[in-house]
Amino acid sequence: MKDIAIILFASSGFDKAAQGLTGAARRLADQASAKLRAIVLGAAETVAAEVARIADAVVVADHPEMADYQPELCLNALTQICREISPAAVLLSNDTYSQEIAPRLAHRLAGSAVGDGIEIRVQGDTVRVVRQVYGGKAQAVLEMKRSPAVVWLRARVFEAAPARAAAGEITRVVLDLKPEQRTRIVERKREETGEARLEDARVIVAGGRGVGSREAFAAELQPLAEILGAQMAASRAACDAGWAPATWQVGQTGKKVAPDLYVAIGISGASQHMAGISEAKNVAAINTDAEAPIFKHCRFGIVGDYRKILPLVRQKLAAVAK
Amino acid sequence: MNILVCLKQILDPEVPARDFRIDPAKREAERGAANLVTNIFCENALETALQFRERSGDARITALSYGPATAEEPLRKALAMKADGAALVVNDGSPNPHPLTVARVLASAIRRLGQFDLIMLGREAGDWGAGQTGALLAEELGIPCVAFADSIERAGDKLRIRRQTEWGSEIVEAETPVVVTITNDEHNVPRIPKVRDVMMSYRQPLTKWNASELGGDAGDGYYEVTELFIPQKETRCEFAAGDTEDERAGAFAARLAELAGAL
Ligand SMILES: Cc1cc2nc3c(=O)[nH]c(=O)nc-3n(C[C@H](O)[C@H](O)[C@H](O)COP(=O)(O)OP(=O)(O)OC[C@H]3O[C@@H](n4cnc5c(N)ncnc54)[C@H](O)[C@@H]3O)c2cc1C
Ligand SMILES: Nc1ncnc2c1ncn2[C@@H]1O[C@H](COP(=O)(O)O)[C@@H](O)[C@H]1O
Repeated sequence: MKDIAIILFASSGFDKAAQGLTGAARRLADQASAKLRAIVLGAAETVAAEVARIADAVVVADHPEMADYQPELCLNALTQICREISPAAVLLSNDTYSQEIAPRLAHRLAGSAVGDGIEIRVQGDTVRVVRQVYGGKAQAVLEMKRSPAVVWLRARVFEAAPARAAAGEITRVVLDLKPEQRTRIVERKREETGEARLEDARVIVAGGRGVGSREAFAAELQPLAEILGAQMAASRAACDAGWAPATWQVGQTGKKVAPDLYVAIGISGASQHMAGISEAKNVAAINTDAEAPIFKHCRFGIVGDYRKILPLVRQKLAAVAK
Repeated sequence: MNILVCLKQILDPEVPARDFRIDPAKREAERGAANLVTNIFCENALETALQFRERSGDARITALSYGPATAEEPLRKALAMKADGAALVVNDGSPNPHPLTVARVLASAIRRLGQFDLIMLGREAGDWGAGQTGALLAEELGIPCVAFADSIERAGDKLRIRRQTEWGSEIVEAETPVVVTITNDEHNVPRIPKVRDVMMSYRQPLTKWNASELGGDAGDGYYEVTELFIPQKETRCEFAAGDTEDERAGAFAARLAELAGAL
């Protein structure tokens, strides 16, 4: 098979998503007896060096404008590089930037794109991707009909690959790119969480429509999160109500999390929400409705009004802590 | 400012999992008792467009859908929400077209409808959730694309687009024409049209074409669904036991403490 390429953004570092992506691609390349080439956008020494320990070759796309992501420029750079190496598959992570440009890259390369893959298989020259559909209620296997297959993966669900004996060669390409003025990212704002990323949190306390107000998130859920050393998250309904910032949304169109413990409070357990926590080791729920679908996914739960239950729970936890 | 909003009609994505069935041979969901609804992110897009028009005054909003004859419904609702015009491309080919076909059909409809400065789509559809029609449409039209936006403002002759990222937000300045895909936010929850406006919407003109007369079908294929299945995964929930709420809360707290491992 022709080469397999992965795309990494230097500005994101070699984080868990980049490691999962690289791991998935390495195993795929080995299985298909293909070479693994990493394309790093932006000249960050560390990312190139880290990925070179796993990939056969690394191309660093260097350009003064590329230190930070700009959609049109990055897309032009990737199109040039991919045309050069002509890969059978191009794999990306499921971050904002990758999702934004992957289908466009596929279009420019006359390939096919598919997103949010949880499994990828090659057989001969055929690439198949498994993904959730119908809001997580079903799964589909999609066979890519054009080449290259441009696939963005739920990168964090894949295991990292071990470093290899010999590091891959790193080449720097200085691209000749026309300045692109049609769109420009002029501001980047980080939502202050003060914590690690939600995707990497070990314990998560999440609230839904049943929580009822922004104040209750702060007064009832936040203290529980503090006792448990947890990060906070929310359902779409709670985010849409303005009780929690959009960056807290977990689910099909929010964060995909993988904590040891996920505590769902006033969340019904719609499939689109569950799609974001399929990798959680344990789910616990507090819900007034014993028939709420969330209980079908729980290790343990309690039926009742969280406003009565949480003060008792906090009291008991404080006692245990002592 | 001429705005186009693309709306997709889908099977109600909120049918509970226990009522959800698939037809493995056809490789699609069974309709069952489920309603057909407008994809929520398309309504978020329309709401964002309506708010843009309210702020800037001189915008005109056209709604466009490609689908079966029933896809007239999302367009009527869009008119009831006060879109200025609507067009339906009736899919007279195979059901469930892949995203490249959809993008090509939408592109040819857009060329017929006129010149648009801002083309808005949902970030993804709640049925197949491809999440790529906007990006492919931008390529078909040869214009840029900004994804995951939740609000748009005018800034001189450019647009100032706020979009969500996994760690916060970004402001993108864009020249027109541009394709923008919309995600949800507390500010773009779709408005509910008035009953009177819903009734009125059925008297408004609506342009209709057949997809086959427009052209654009990417018959050469993009991807094919080879399998569709419902994964079986159910956990047995252990409900906190006890005679009083206090006892039950205690049992629940003990399990939390054990699994959080933080105490
Ligand atoms: C295309 C698409 C994508 C989507 N993406 C996402 C996504 O990424 N994330 C997401 O979360 N949703 C998503 N949704 C929305 C999803 O379908 C549900 O509508 C949403 O998850 C419901 O949120 P909820 O559970 O908070 O609210 P509800 O479903 O209204 O549930 C509230 C729950 O609170 C319980 N409750 C009420 N009062 C109390 C109380 N006092 N104490 C304890 N329990 C109480 C109720 O019994 C109920 O079970 C998406 C939908 C679509 C169509
Ligand atoms: N058949 C269609 N008619 C109109 N718009 C569509 C259609 N299919 C997809 N779209 C638009 O593309 C968005 C993303 O859909 P998808 O790429 O299928 O997940 C939707 O929210 C719509 O705005």
